[in-house]
Order: sequence, then C-alpha cells, then structure tokens
Amino acid sequence: MNTAVARLQRQFQDYIVSLYQQGFLDNQFTELRNLQDEGTPDFVSEVVSLFFDDCAKLIKNMSRSLEQPENVDFKQVDSGVHQLKGSSSSVGARRVKNVCISFKECCDVQNREGCLRCLQQVDYEYKVLKTKLQDLFKLEQRILQAGGTIPQVDI
Amino acid sequence: MARDGGVSCLRRSDMMSVGMGGIESAPLDLDEVHVLAVDDSLVDRIVIERLLRITSCKVTAVDSGWRALEFLGLDSEKASVELDRLKVDLIITDYCMPGMTGYELLKKIKESSNFRQVPVVIMSSENVMNRIDRCLEEGAEDFLLKPVKLADVKRLRSYLTRDVKLPNGNKRKLPVPEDSNSVDTSLPLSPPPLTESSDSSPPLSPVEMFSSPLSSPVDDEDDDVLTSSPEESPIRPQKMRSPGLD
Repeated sequence: MNTAVARLQRQFQDYIVSLYQQGFLDNQFTELRNLQDEGTPDFVSEVVSLFFDDCAKLIKNMSRSLEQPENVDFKQVDSGVHQLKGSSSSVGARRVKNVCISFKECCDVQNREGCLRCLQQVDYEYKVLKTKLQDLFKLEQRILQAGGTIPQVDI
Repeated sequence: MARDGGVSCLRRSDMMSVGMGGIESAPLDLDEVHVLAVDDSLVDRIVIERLLRITSCKVTAVDSGWRALEFLGLDSEKASVELDRLKVDLIITDYCMPGMTGYELLKKIKESSNFRQVPVVIMSSENVMNRIDRCLEEGAEDFLLKPVKLADVKRLRSYLTRDVKLPNGNKRKLPVPEDSNSVDTSLPLSPPPLTESSDSSPPLSPVEMFSSPLSSPVDDEDDDVLTSSPEESPIRPQKMRSPGLD
C-alpha cells in the first residue's frame, strides 16, 4: 500500500538523519551510499559488515597487547589503532574514528590506563553503530519488500 | 559474508581472494583502463575498488607492495612477465603499509623500465607535508587524502583519458571537440582541495562526467574505448598539494 511505503520511507529518512545528527555517521557514509545502485544493492551493508569484523579482530588483539601492565606492546596497539582509525574513516563511522584519535594520543604517551579506557569505548561505539545500522538496513529491506524505493537522503 | 545476495559489487569469490590478499585479476581487455590498487586494509580495498569500477576502470587489488611487484613481474624471483598480457594504466597505493610502504613501492616502480611511465598515486590518511613532497619528488602523479571520495577518483580518471575515441558522440559530456580524437586538455580540472571534507561540503553530485554512472561492472565492456598508451608521458596535472592542516 502506498501509505505504508510512505510511512516506512519517512521512518527511514528520520532514522538515518538522526544517525548523522547524533554523530554516528559522517559524510563518508553518504559517499558509500552513493556508490550503491540496483546492480550492487548490498554494497554498503557488505562494507560495513567487513568493517565490524575488522573492529572485533583489532580490538581483541589490542586487548591482548594491553593485558599485562609490565609488558604492554604499544607498537602493536598503535598499529591496531591506526588500522581502526583508517577503516572507520573510510566507512564514515564518525564516533569510532573520534575515539581512535584519543586512543592514539594515549598510545603515543604510553598511557596504559588511558588506552584501556579508549579500548572499552571503541568497543562500545562500534557495537552501538552495528546495532543502529542493522536497524537501518532492516528498514531498507522493509521498504523494498513493500515495493518502495529507498529514499535519497541529503544530509 | 553471511548473505550471498544477488549480484553484488564483488562476487563472493572476488571478496575471498581480496580478503586473503590474493590477486584478483580478470582477463584484461586492452581497451579498458586497468588500475592496480594496493592497500593492506580490506575495507579500503573494497571501497577503492568500487570507486574505480564505478568510473569504468578494471581493477586489480592487492594487499601489499610485495604482491604489487609480484603482479608487475618486478620481483626478482619470477621469470620475465608476459608483457602483452600486462597493461597497467595507473597504480594507486596506500602510503602506510607494513613491510613495504607506498613510497618504497613508488621508488621501485619508477626504477623499472617497464613501468616507470605508469602514473602512481599515493593515498594516505595523514596530511603530512613532508610525506607529500617526498612522494611528488619521487615521481608520484598525485596524492590523495583518505578517506578517498568519488570526486578524487574522477579527477584521477580525467588525466588517464588522453585519446578518447567516442563511438557515440553524445555519450560523454566531456567537452571533446568533434573533429579531434584527443581530449581537450583545457578541461577545467578544478579538483576539490585535498582536505578531509567537513560536514558542510556540498552534496555529492551524480557521476555526470562519465558515460557509465554507477553502473555495475557487467556494463563496463560497452563503455568508451580508450586508446591510452602507457608509453606516452601522462599529462601532468598541477602537482596537488594539500593545504596544511594544523
């Protein structure tokens, strides 16, 4: 039904705009959305899925490096933060990226406590984003299933 | 990937080979622009590959400088490469990579007689003036600040299209004069500044410069026939310098 589609589209629009406004996403996410088309309808969800896998892996490795207070491999942690910052930046995961900036600073001065706090925060942020984007993609699917098209959103 | 979906930008097998750092290399069509992309980050490889494919490039994506050299036949162990099979029109590489940096890869490429004419573009997440200068001095064509955007790739694309044969004169919106095969070199290249876009940057404009906007890779074969020849020296755009970001 048309009104059902319109309602879903409005819901989608509001939701995605709120994600930008609350700083979860930045315009690099828009760039990714613009690279998606009918021929590649899963591009964004596939890229972010890879990103989240990356997050989990990097966080696990950094956690291990930070475990022993007397024996922290800050080089490894720094490398992990660098990679995480890079990929979060590439997908538009703004909050995750911002935590990485603080994380790097803690690493530079070899502040283990600070690193642990940042690690916890980055773990939290990527998981929150993952949930939010899952909801966003579900909305997209509902729109498509109802026969509608996913709105272009100008942020 | 849990989902297989229908047609996706990268077939699962492609993603797997990209993911494992393998060399994804489709059979080469000599008329297409072929780009070798080098980045140790899987996410970035996927994104750059999509950006390039959307601008009608064939892409080979590898995960390290060593694999790039291997692909080009520049690593010492391999026998001489089949030169007619290998046509690379552009090499785009990340700067910060474990093992061999993009800068080191750039130097090796510029030292090789077969590939020194191939334009090399460096990507980096850090806007470090010294780094940019060093790369440009070593012969890099351009320097892109990550995250790479479609506008950046479109700009790169524009200096690869020197001789453009248009099978259909209306296809492309580039101001190519009808009585000439060559691209109008007075094209306004007005590139965006090499800074991270702020939230107030203009909305992304649709791909109007190229004839295959946002098409899936399946459509690439019918696109513009390019007669770019690697042995000609590329048009050197103004050296792109990032304004200092303090």
